[in-house]
Amino acid sequence: MIVYILRRLGATLIVMAVVALFVFSLLFLTPGDPAAVIAGDVATTDDIQRIREKLGLNEPFLVQFGNWVGRLLHGDLGTSIFTNLPVTKLIGQRVQPTVSLTLLTLVFAVLIAVPVGVLAAAKAGTWTDRLVMGFSVLAFSVPVFVLAYLLIGLFSIRLEWLPVQGYRPLSDGVWPWLSHLILPSIALGTVYMAFIARITRAAMLDVLAQDYIRTANAKGLSPRAVLTGHALKNAGVPIITVIGIGIALLISGAIVTETVFAIPGIGRLTVDAILRRDYPIIQGVILLFSGVYVLINLLVDLSYRLFDPRIRY
Amino acid sequence: MTTAVLTESKPASPTWQWFGDAFRRHPTAIAGGIVLAVMVLIALLAPWLGTVDPQALSPIQRLKPPSSEHWFGTDMLGRDVYSRVIYGSRISLAVGISVATFSIAVGLTIGLVTGFTRWLDAIVMRVMDGLMSIPSVLLAIALMALTKASVGNVILAITLAEVPRVVRLVRGLVLSLREQPYVEAAIAAGTNLPLILLRHILPNTVAPLLVQGTYICASAMILEAILSFIGAGTPPNIPSWGNIMAEARSLFQIAGYLILFPGLFLSLTVLAVNMLGDGMRDALDPRLARRM
Amino acid sequence: MKVVSASLRAFALALAFAAGSAAAQEKVLKFIPQADLRILDPITTTAYITRNHGYMVYDTLFAADAKFQVQPQMVDKWELSRDKLTYTFTLRDGLKFHDGQPVRSADCIASIERWGKRDSLGQRLAQSTESWTAVNDKTFKLKLKKPFPLTLDALGKLSSNVPFIMPERIARTDAFQNVTEAIGSGPFKFVKEEWVPGSKVVYAKNSDYVPRKEAPSWAAGGKIAKVDRVEWIYIPDSATAAAALNAGEADWWEQLPPDLIPLLRKNKDVRVENIDPIGSLGLMRFNFLQPPFNNQKLREALLYVVNQKDYVMGIAGSEANGHPCYSFYTCGTPLASEIGAGPLKGKRDFDKAKQLIQASGYKGEKIVIISATDQPIVHAQSLITAELLRKLGLNVELQAGDWGTLITRRTSKEPVDKGGWSIFHTWFVGPDMLSPANMPMVNLGEKSWFGWPSDPKIEELRQAWFNTTDAASGKKVADAVQLAAFRFLPYITTAQFIIPTAYRSNLSGVIVAPVTFLWNVDKK
Repeated sequence: MIVYILRRLGATLIVMAVVALFVFSLLFLTPGDPAAVIAGDVATTDDIQRIREKLGLNEPFLVQFGNWVGRLLHGDLGTSIFTNLPVTKLIGQRVQPTVSLTLLTLVFAVLIAVPVGVLAAAKAGTWTDRLVMGFSVLAFSVPVFVLAYLLIGLFSIRLEWLPVQGYRPLSDGVWPWLSHLILPSIALGTVYMAFIARITRAAMLDVLAQDYIRTANAKGLSPRAVLTGHALKNAGVPIITVIGIGIALLISGAIVTETVFAIPGIGRLTVDAILRRDYPIIQGVILLFSGVYVLINLLVDLSYRLFDPRIRY
Repeated sequence: MTTAVLTESKPASPTWQWFGDAFRRHPTAIAGGIVLAVMVLIALLAPWLGTVDPQALSPIQRLKPPSSEHWFGTDMLGRDVYSRVIYGSRISLAVGISVATFSIAVGLTIGLVTGFTRWLDAIVMRVMDGLMSIPSVLLAIALMALTKASVGNVILAITLAEVPRVVRLVRGLVLSLREQPYVEAAIAAGTNLPLILLRHILPNTVAPLLVQGTYICASAMILEAILSFIGAGTPPNIPSWGNIMAEARSLFQIAGYLILFPGLFLSLTVLAVNMLGDGMRDALDPRLARRM
Repeated sequence: MKVVSASLRAFALALAFAAGSAAAQEKVLKFIPQADLRILDPITTTAYITRNHGYMVYDTLFAADAKFQVQPQMVDKWELSRDKLTYTFTLRDGLKFHDGQPVRSADCIASIERWGKRDSLGQRLAQSTESWTAVNDKTFKLKLKKPFPLTLDALGKLSSNVPFIMPERIARTDAFQNVTEAIGSGPFKFVKEEWVPGSKVVYAKNSDYVPRKEAPSWAAGGKIAKVDRVEWIYIPDSATAAAALNAGEADWWEQLPPDLIPLLRKNKDVRVENIDPIGSLGLMRFNFLQPPFNNQKLREALLYVVNQKDYVMGIAGSEANGHPCYSFYTCGTPLASEIGAGPLKGKRDFDKAKQLIQASGYKGEKIVIISATDQPIVHAQSLITAELLRKLGLNVELQAGDWGTLITRRTSKEPVDKGGWSIFHTWFVGPDMLSPANMPMVNLGEKSWFGWPSDPKIEELRQAWFNTTDAASGKKVADAVQLAAFRFLPYITTAQFIIPTAYRSNLSGVIVAPVTFLWNVDKK
């Protein structure tokens, strides 16, 4: 087990190195020049050249990459070209909103999707099942920003129940925090929910066809006990897997959601950085994303044991 | 991961006879197929559907609500939204279909090769893990920034994000198929690798990849819209459902029709493609049906 | 169950907290700025958002008022020697930086010298400068090599780059490197710990600020902070910003897309106003180093078909927020005139344009228009021009990306197939385009602004204009510059427009000016 975890962590490092090199070369080739962005509209070509030199952007690729990796090994992600703030600080400022948003979405999606998926499986072939599947397909078909506008239009402007935009830290109180996250979570979570519901239904159907479920039914256990006690537990592996894969999906969606709802999260930070060519931020954030993604999937793999003791590493 | 679930598909390849029968048993798939066919027809026949030049602008005529002259109204530069939506179907469908085709072709090739080459497998899968760990929207934005905005680049960017998923799927299939007795027998008999791949492995990937392809197609069309929203999508003078909506997004409370019409077309098409995918999955592989 | 009751208790507590803090509330002005503040240094960048940040934090020696007159601001008294070569400035009493240090002559000199290395007008002044010397902590002298009639206009420059006064230790930073502190002597203090780039900028009232006695007029007069705290909340999505203002989550939205005016007008608690008295100018810029627009005839062809009314509608949405401007200088300001504007103003004439295209010897060379989809004003102009060129039968391609790409690409002097460009569009606020000093009018070849036009005649006239000493002769030379410019066409003005602003009706004292100032604004 320990060996397995160590091996996986080693693989994680390799993955992150691949990502780092990939992102760095991509940015190096990108035809955007932070110096031009800094100089603004009323500048001359000479001004931009001077600023480039000051920023060290005229150095060859390998020198720049070497410098960056060197600092990285010391835990330094560099400083933003524009704001001159350390990248770690900029990311730190924005961790809470994004983590809040994704966790809340996750909780909300799983709490709804898993029971609904189980229900659909239990009533496979009925109208309930078709309704659930129909809704899930529909949820796949609406771009997240359209959904977000509809939610704002209805709940914030028409009904005035919830705030339009922004984020309040948890330290401001639970309700201010939660109220700013409800609409974004729904907008972000709908696709994800549909995804999990479908997988849950499929996994449950699969398990329900197994012999031991028939045995449990024959023993006279209540259908509910069979469903939640035996079947759901055994359907856990694929469901958990999907939740893990979905994290990347969630981060993609979070970028759009954060833009619409003006939430100062990491997704927004990244898009802004790309549009302005703030290289150190882009590199830092993507590295962070890939690290988190790989770690979550490691956790997912490890959690398989909870559901299926037969799995050994 | 999920792909492991798909690994036990039957070795038999589907026949067209079977295909037709199954479709008759799946009305949603037929409905999906019909809607999709209509959309393709609309895209092909765009110039003959009462449209005007979708790029022609007339700022004096801006933001006119739907009327007999402009069926879907006009946008902020006075362009005819009906024509833009109809022509937009070309881009959106092209993006969806090309991404599905390319990512499956590339993913299949890589997956087949890595599934059979142990030393390559480790390297390729790490690279794929890396690609997968970058959120697809970010990857696409970065790629769009790398070159100028064009439909080709949108397709490239989304394809690149989808390829690792296909590779994983195919690799999973290959890894389990190679344990099958008839494949082991072929290997023992000294059949060369390309032949094994071609004869025993490839046919078994058709069904899951067809199904996967429809899902990729659907999600690519949505992703195209999202990229336009972020400003990294199809170039703005070429209409696509995504960028018509994205350009008009700030006006959703004032000129909702600007979002409504392209949105309806997009959702309808994505819905149809998804329904087609679900139906195909049921028809091609009843065992798979319960899985996805 | 325990969890539920615990969270309910937390919930109740939170509500109590919210109520408690509301009672002891300080006055906070929540302002949605036009862009995200990224760079703190108003000298390294000309970005308008950084200029506005500068006006919050810093003060200026002189400042322009609503009559285009330059008034002393930090300066108490000044005099010019009879030979017009020596200015003596004396600072007002009680000026203090946010770090508690007094403002000294040395601070002013260092700040002006740094600005003089970057700003176009500042560079002109620097070229004429013999020396700056501090007489004592409050008095300093400027010695000129030759008379520079625009000295005070330069020191009171309204828009980018504004000669803000910083502490000497900060102003010693290289002029091409960002300063990382924002310590000024202005009416608001920058609260750096609360700055979340991309989302929020916080300013606190500077209670040590000593305002002038005069009433505020543009950047001149008394700058009195009437709220305790200003929060700039950056909302990237305009639909969301409109909803936030309507819902009262923000007090003021600096620049709104004109199309959203009807939506905000419906709300009786929101006022939509044009507080910019002169507006901004859109312009079409050519690349003079590459074919085909290095050909004067082809540029002239466009002069006959560019329809400013189309651009006005495309940018401003309606005639209420914009109008054509057939001048190279901001219409409605002293130097503007329609001298030589006949071909731009008259009936749009496609036949004439086609004749000129033929005469130019255009052989179907590809024309690349670069545009930025994230800049609606730039983008609308680009789409209209692309369509216009297509209608003329020119071989045009619109290449759109983001603003970051556009401003990088426009530095390329290469042919279009090697990453170069033929036309781009942008816009300037009116104060940046008042006179022959404006940036796009520079005609020094590769030393000019992007596009690099070179016309010795225009340059000669511009030089003459810098040396004019009275308004009447200045006007005459400016007219001559315009005539020459209509012949050579360094750029074509596409529209003059006003970007409306909207604020909640509980705000009062909003200053009418081409730059958004946040002093004098009170919130009920």
